[in-house]
Amino acid sequence: MRINFLGKTLHTPLVLASGVLGNNKAILERVWENGCGLPTMKSIGPAPREGHKNPTVIDLGNGLINAVGLPSPGYLNMEEEWQELSDRAFPITASIYGGSVDEFVRVAEFVSAKGPDFIELNISCPNSDQHGMVFGVNAHSSHDVVAAVKKVIQVPLIAKLTPAAPDIAAIAKACEDAGADAICAINTAGPGMVIDIESRSPVLAFKKGGLSGPMIKPIAVRCVYDIFRSVSIPIIGLGGISTGKDAIEIIMAGATLVGIGTAVRYRGITVFDKVNKEINDWLAAHDTSMEEIRGAAHREAL
Amino acid sequence: MITQQMPAMVKVADKDVHSPEFATLYVNQAIDFKPGQFVMVWIPGVDEKPYTISHHSPERFGITVEAKGLFSKKAVSLGPGDKIGIRGPFGNGFNMGLGHQRVAVVAGGCGMAPLAPLVEAFQTGNGPEILLIQGARSKSFLLYPDRFAAKAEICTDDGSKGYKGFVTDILVQKIKDLSANSAPGFDMVYACGPEIMMAKVFDICEAHGIPCQVSLERYMRCGFGVCGACVCGHAVVCKDGPVFGSKMLRTMADFNTRALLKTGQPVPLNEYATWRCQ
Repeated sequence: MRINFLGKTLHTPLVLASGVLGNNKAILERVWENGCGLPTMKSIGPAPREGHKNPTVIDLGNGLINAVGLPSPGYLNMEEEWQELSDRAFPITASIYGGSVDEFVRVAEFVSAKGPDFIELNISCPNSDQHGMVFGVNAHSSHDVVAAVKKVIQVPLIAKLTPAAPDIAAIAKACEDAGADAICAINTAGPGMVIDIESRSPVLAFKKGGLSGPMIKPIAVRCVYDIFRSVSIPIIGLGGISTGKDAIEIIMAGATLVGIGTAVRYRGITVFDKVNKEINDWLAAHDTSMEEIRGAAHREAL
Repeated sequence: MITQQMPAMVKVADKDVHSPEFATLYVNQAIDFKPGQFVMVWIPGVDEKPYTISHHSPERFGITVEAKGLFSKKAVSLGPGDKIGIRGPFGNGFNMGLGHQRVAVVAGGCGMAPLAPLVEAFQTGNGPEILLIQGARSKSFLLYPDRFAAKAEICTDDGSKGYKGFVTDILVQKIKDLSANSAPGFDMVYACGPEIMMAKVFDICEAHGIPCQVSLERYMRCGFGVCGACVCGHAVVCKDGPVFGSKMLRTMADFNTRALLKTGQPVPLNEYATWRCQ
């Protein structure tokens, strides 16, 4: 099921969500070999950062709560990884974050020169007080960071958005106006909190954390639906997608590509091949195509 | 009930202090378990870390902790009545195979902890003949000295007990002895200890055509194969492992060479070990 996305041919329409597995070339390649058309690297930051203490990720059964906290070697300390990635046979998206427009620009300019296929701006992570979500909840700051980064990079720019924004469609439009080539929605929802009542303590060391997995899928579908109405650039839809039918649903909301993250927990790394097959089976059974169903939920019912 | 989801707060029932460095904390709770699997142990306000289950019975299990860093020093200071959070078990565990006639179990230092329940499982019923080769820095670092009925070969780096030298020297000698006597060789070699020791065991096994399984250690977060903190080459240690067989080890790029720091940066193993021991 090959698909063209911003000038690149992907072998499937599935994306590995940032923050899941993407820690080295070997695992990115394994994910790709298992049916992921576009693996995303872990978010790259402006300085070395360890992330939060454990517990950082807890399975709530119908999804995860996590506050890993944007660990990164820092953009200047990844030469070995870029060297290894330089002869790769697969496409990658480099996710980046910063604490200011200047930091985003500095990281983006450096990373762009290393030859990723796409750069994703993480303006939506809820797990740091200084990074990410502070940009993505405001249309002006989203516009400013996208416009500034767009000037210094040579590869297509994807803006990753948070469902915490009061009007995610307006944020998406601001990103499109600033030059974004695609929208990726959504990052984790919330943040939420779980408290262990025996120890009377929040379980996550960071206390609060982003929600992902099946429990947030309706939020993701709504966000993609709203964004599809406000922009004309392609959308990577994700948030709780675990099956082919989930993928069909978010494509009908308007997604061109479909991201998978938490479902790796529930269906393993082979989830990509499984979902691809389920999408194809559904399309065949309904005698239709990806192109025909994209945004279908927006069309007037007969 | 202990599950892979929210940590279950359980009381430490009792504690064995093995030496100034090692203690085992016991919990009187049932847990579904296979030798080689691990649990995530949470001390609220401190941290959460992976520990192998070193003792197991239907109604009780234990974890052995070596006091090294902030978390483990706190853990060994806990006693009966103190509460810890447990989620798990995670990982694949050792493959005990079917019909093994003779196996070797090679343990270095605290690497004895995941292997101990394996030895006990093999000792029940119609298990294989077990050669246990146990090594440590010195006598006081040899875990569970009187625990097993199996024949044990002991060695220490300083010669304070048993043979002065490495477990791998003994393994090579035993393989040669069996071959010289035309006796059936080892059907499987199980190993856990410093990664350089496990790599040596793997090399020896490869040279003699013996399959082996080793249990790896990496910095972990989620425990269930999502966050990627523990990747070793293309393998996800918490989910695909922590036990890896010969076939996987042959293609695992970072085995005995690199590990990721908490930042995600890959570094040589000795640098990683220095960080982990802080």
